[in-house]
Amino acid sequence: MSHDHDHDNELDPFAARVRALETILTRKGLIDPAAIDVIVDTYETRIGPRNGAKVVAKAWSDPAYADWLRRDATAAIESLSYTGRQGEHMQAVFNTEDTHNLVVCTLCSCYPWSVLGLPPVWYKAPPYRSRAVIDPRGVLEEFGLTLPTTKKIRVWDSTAELRYLVVPMRPDGTEGWSEERLADLVSRDAMIGTALARQPA
Amino acid sequence: MNGPQDLGGQMGFGPVAPEIDEPYFHAAWERRALGVTLCAGAMGAWNIDESRHARESLHPADYYASSYYEIWIKALEVLLKRHGFVSERDLEAGTAVDPAAVPKRVLKAENVPAVLATGGPCDRPVAQPARFKAGDPVRTKNFNPTGHTRLPRYARGKHGTVEAVRDGFVFPDSNAHGQGENPQWVYTVVFEGSEIWGEGADPTLSVSIDAWESYLEPA
Repeated sequence: MSHDHDHDNELDPFAARVRALETILTRKGLIDPAAIDVIVDTYETRIGPRNGAKVVAKAWSDPAYADWLRRDATAAIESLSYTGRQGEHMQAVFNTEDTHNLVVCTLCSCYPWSVLGLPPVWYKAPPYRSRAVIDPRGVLEEFGLTLPTTKKIRVWDSTAELRYLVVPMRPDGTEGWSEERLADLVSRDAMIGTALARQPA
Repeated sequence: MNGPQDLGGQMGFGPVAPEIDEPYFHAAWERRALGVTLCAGAMGAWNIDESRHARESLHPADYYASSYYEIWIKALEVLLKRHGFVSERDLEAGTAVDPAAVPKRVLKAENVPAVLATGGPCDRPVAQPARFKAGDPVRTKNFNPTGHTRLPRYARGKHGTVEAVRDGFVFPDSNAHGQGENPQWVYTVVFEGSEIWGEGADPTLSVSIDAWESYLEPA
């Protein structure tokens, strides 16, 4: 395969379509391309699942905060400065010995951007959206998570503007850990419900 | 509408394919697609419900063959044409040919942090008290509207229990069609797996939706 040409001129058809749209809107003065750069930078480097992990770690460490998070997640999360688009109305759901929580949006891709960042492809794709509500155990197996057959599973379909954050159970053997260290145990998937918190090494 | 977006309980899509250490974007154009979509939305010509309805109104074969950012862009083209910002001739030429409608605002780079941090809250005061309270048995409506709705097919005509009264929220079924916000109370309603899926349902499963008041009847 020859590489003596300029790859920038070899856009695949969809990349060309997006570029054309951006060009049209920019030339008409309807969008500011620099604003796109700021949006991308925000979601690529500033807002991600580390935000949610800090919320969970604080809830694990501070019973008063956990109680606040349970009653008014929007305010409790805002107190850590995580606000904004697709996090305007938050609800925290707590895993227990009895019940495991799993979040899905069967109708589109609703996801708590302010605490988890942009959703992964699988969250937005038909296999997860179709099966999470009818076969959650089968879905969880595909993430390598096998729950005890006695564990209840509660699936939250985000059909309105509430955005759900799963608070996983705190692993044993983490007594006295700092919030910073605890947050390292909390993955994005644990806050969607497709994983548990990591066990301490 | 009973469109391709209403996926709960459908079969045949195969296993979920989680990607280890997945990047936020899988191609450079996806970054631009995100930004163009948010910037165009910030013009204020349409609301989130109209944009969701534009996405679910793609032909089902097109919807299922498209990645999510592809769905976003295809729907965005529809919205931009509908509201007079972009013409078919612009899209054919790949550049600005025809004049555009005047937007309410243009999102400038310096305003992005504030706009993203504020978001678009959709809670609204509702004049009437909530019709239901936590613990009330309810039945969801059985209907098949041709317009936008957020009551999934799998949860229509089902008996459930109100678990929580949330807040007043903009009603998507009217707001998507320029028929006003008409805020209603929203409730979290929980169903037993067997009520939804019947024979063979996982006995440990319960599923909840967030339902606007007019989706519910006393049971």
